[in-house]
Amino acid sequence: MKILKALAVLGALVSLAPAARAAEGAVELPHTRFSFDGIFGTFDRAAAQRGFQVYKEVCSACHSMRLLSYRNLREIGLSEAQVQAIAATVEVQDGPNDEGQMFARPGRASDRFHSPFANEAAARAANNGALPPDFSVIAKAREGGARYLHALLTGYADAPAGFNLGQGMNYNRYFPGHQIAMAPPLNEGQVTFADQTPATVEQMAHDVATFLAWAAEPELEERRQMGVKIILFLAVLGVLAYGVKRRVWADLH
Amino acid sequence: MSIGLHKSDFKNPVVRWIDSRMPIFTMMQKEYGTFPTPRNFNYFWNFGALAMVNLVIMIATGIFLAMNYTPHTSMAFDSVERIMRDVNYGWLLRYVHANGASMFFIVVYIHIWRGMFYGSYKAPRELLWILGVVIFLLMMATAFMGYVLPWGQMSFWGATVITNLFSAFPVVGEHIVTLLWGGFSVDNPTLNRFFSLHYLLPFVIVGVVFLHIAALHITGSNNPLGIDPKGPQDTIPFHPYYTAKDSVGIVVYLMVFAVLVFFAPNYLGHPDNYIPANPLVTPAHIVPEWYFLPFYAILRAVPDKLGGVLMMFGAIAVLFVLPWLDGSPVRSMRFRPLARIAFFLWTIAFGVLLWAGGKPAEGTYVLIARLATVYYFAYFLVILPLLGRLERPLPLPESIATPVLRGGGPLPAGAANSPMEKA
Amino acid sequence: MADTATNPGAEHGDGGNRRDFLKLTAGAFAAVGTGAIAWPFISSMNPARDVLALASTDVELGPIAVGQAITVVWRGKPVFVRRRTAQEIEAARNVNLSELRDPQPDQARVQKDEWLVVIGICTHLGCVPLGQKPTDERGEYGGWFCPCHGSAYDTSGRIRRGPAPLNLAVPGYSFSSDTKIRIG
Repeated sequence: MKILKALAVLGALVSLAPAARAAEGAVELPHTRFSFDGIFGTFDRAAAQRGFQVYKEVCSACHSMRLLSYRNLREIGLSEAQVQAIAATVEVQDGPNDEGQMFARPGRASDRFHSPFANEAAARAANNGALPPDFSVIAKAREGGARYLHALLTGYADAPAGFNLGQGMNYNRYFPGHQIAMAPPLNEGQVTFADQTPATVEQMAHDVATFLAWAAEPELEERRQMGVKIILFLAVLGVLAYGVKRRVWADLH
Repeated sequence: MSIGLHKSDFKNPVVRWIDSRMPIFTMMQKEYGTFPTPRNFNYFWNFGALAMVNLVIMIATGIFLAMNYTPHTSMAFDSVERIMRDVNYGWLLRYVHANGASMFFIVVYIHIWRGMFYGSYKAPRELLWILGVVIFLLMMATAFMGYVLPWGQMSFWGATVITNLFSAFPVVGEHIVTLLWGGFSVDNPTLNRFFSLHYLLPFVIVGVVFLHIAALHITGSNNPLGIDPKGPQDTIPFHPYYTAKDSVGIVVYLMVFAVLVFFAPNYLGHPDNYIPANPLVTPAHIVPEWYFLPFYAILRAVPDKLGGVLMMFGAIAVLFVLPWLDGSPVRSMRFRPLARIAFFLWTIAFGVLLWAGGKPAEGTYVLIARLATVYYFAYFLVILPLLGRLERPLPLPESIATPVLRGGGPLPAGAANSPMEKA
Repeated sequence: MADTATNPGAEHGDGGNRRDFLKLTAGAFAAVGTGAIAWPFISSMNPARDVLALASTDVELGPIAVGQAITVVWRGKPVFVRRRTAQEIEAARNVNLSELRDPQPDQARVQKDEWLVVIGICTHLGCVPLGQKPTDERGEYGGWFCPCHGSAYDTSGRIRRGPAPLNLAVPGYSFSSDTKIRIG
């Protein structure tokens, strides 16, 4: 009885918090299924690898992922050799050497992802003043996460009649305010997947959303596995503790 | 106390040797072993112990996080993400710490609520209550500064908004804000000092918690009936009865905690804080962490800058004088039919403020927040003082061990003071 | 108030015969749980993954003349790479192993006779020995000399005099080409 009341108070507190922030009048996102949904969901490695390919061949022209290193790609199933080959395709500035000069060398697995622009000003200058956001934690940094990213990438449409679209802007159903500086980035067949998966816009959007979800929360699988074990452990401990409590209090009857 | 070795009753020679020179074992035995505790606690009395556990968790995870965190504007965000990605179990430490703050406030809000319902603030426990409010204030300061450390957008703008509160004070306001910032905007000096203070304050909290417990062990605990124990039949030793009961609560609490940490670690957070701080762009919707929302709602409910700030601080300050606002000699609201209703309404008002604080400050939301704010203060400043004089309390039971008649008494069915049944 | 606690049956409830199976099990579970909590904390102090990823260093050997030495940084520690002269090699080979405190033939410490690669940290208490620059004191065995407590190393980096107990350590390395090594 009392426990129920306490739980009710706790439940009210917990449920109020997200309600507080969900009140933003955003467009409802289409429901998309992802391999990492639910308590036991895991990242579909093949999808994440395809998503990385989309990122590398399309997104990375403008969007950095400066918090990731090439070595991290091992976690989505690429081999050591593949990771080194990918890293070696970029030039990394290193130095200074013994003569005090900076020099370029091929990337290594331990290097961070190569950023397309040297700094924020350069990024803005190349993009009409708009800053392409960094993608390292983008799935955690947007309400809706991967679902939102997928919706955004597939949400381009013609502006409805009467909508005042700014110069150089594009209409998107899911972007806040519906005006986005980024032109539709994905086109049918833009990427050729090694596993023969047809590169539809839907497929590429789904895969890159999976990849970005992994990039933002690489610990997700380990975290959930550990969580299940700990909850089970606590359940047993709880039963034992309750049993001990009953026994201790029994002599007060 | 006389000079000379303490006469120790412990049999173990090592324990006895230490105890006779410094009687910490005797003290522990007295304060946590045989300490006489009312026999009728319900599970609401778990929350003090839970808060203690939570404080320990926060300090432990915080110390280890600090080993990998860099308090510099250009590195703070990246160092937090490095903790999440590269440090062994760094994600676990950070998620426990971040969600631990929320758990801490849930636990402490319930602890305060319990104190208000059962009249634990009344004589002779006024100082105990005041120390508790001091802990609550320190917690809020610590939580606020901790939220700044990841240096995301919410960190930065939260810091800006909260420190700007002080600019509302006439004459000295601007100077106070500059002093807090160590500059002319929230910047690296601000981050540096917030880190320093965020590390310091928890240990101040530990000190005040010690005083809180010291005061508790002078007056003894209140209980659901709000009447004093009249003899040995009304009390039981703390150990093993309440150690066993607290253990059950701790496991349940850890389960709730684990669900948050492992399955919804960002549920109570805000996505904008994963965007690095940008002093030139304010996010579209800035809201404080959920536990500050009631006070944030009060701030926004007042159309005047200084007035809003004063009301917000007043909402906490009024707790300090609560023992003297409530003049009723009856502690537990079980025996106060009118105050009980008024207090449940206050609880609803608090919940409404919590909800309204997260809504945009416009239209009906402001109106609702204003009504709730009025009731929040009216409860303390008008209703409780009046009820203290006007209310006719129900008859109190004679003692804890001999409760009023089962079934026919004024207690809600099943709520009689026999904790063993509910357990 | 202290004298109100006189519930005799409840005194030290887990003492003696009340220490039953249920309590033991619960206590064991709680102890295991508490112990398990310690692990993430301890583990977090071990090298993080980005630190481990930086565990190898490439060294270009081309520019080093015979008789010269360079110092490179590997895992935050100095590594001495010395291109030894014929006399130095011979001096290192002509030592009677029984004279050594830490007996090791020179052949076991190098992959190519010319190149000696050792971690430049004195095995006594962690100072960096002198001997890299031509002007440095090299000690009486022509290798390195540690200024902190006077340990002298020979041209194979072996300890010959002074308090250090062991030879300068040889890091794991491999020749990726004739003029390049990768340490680690």
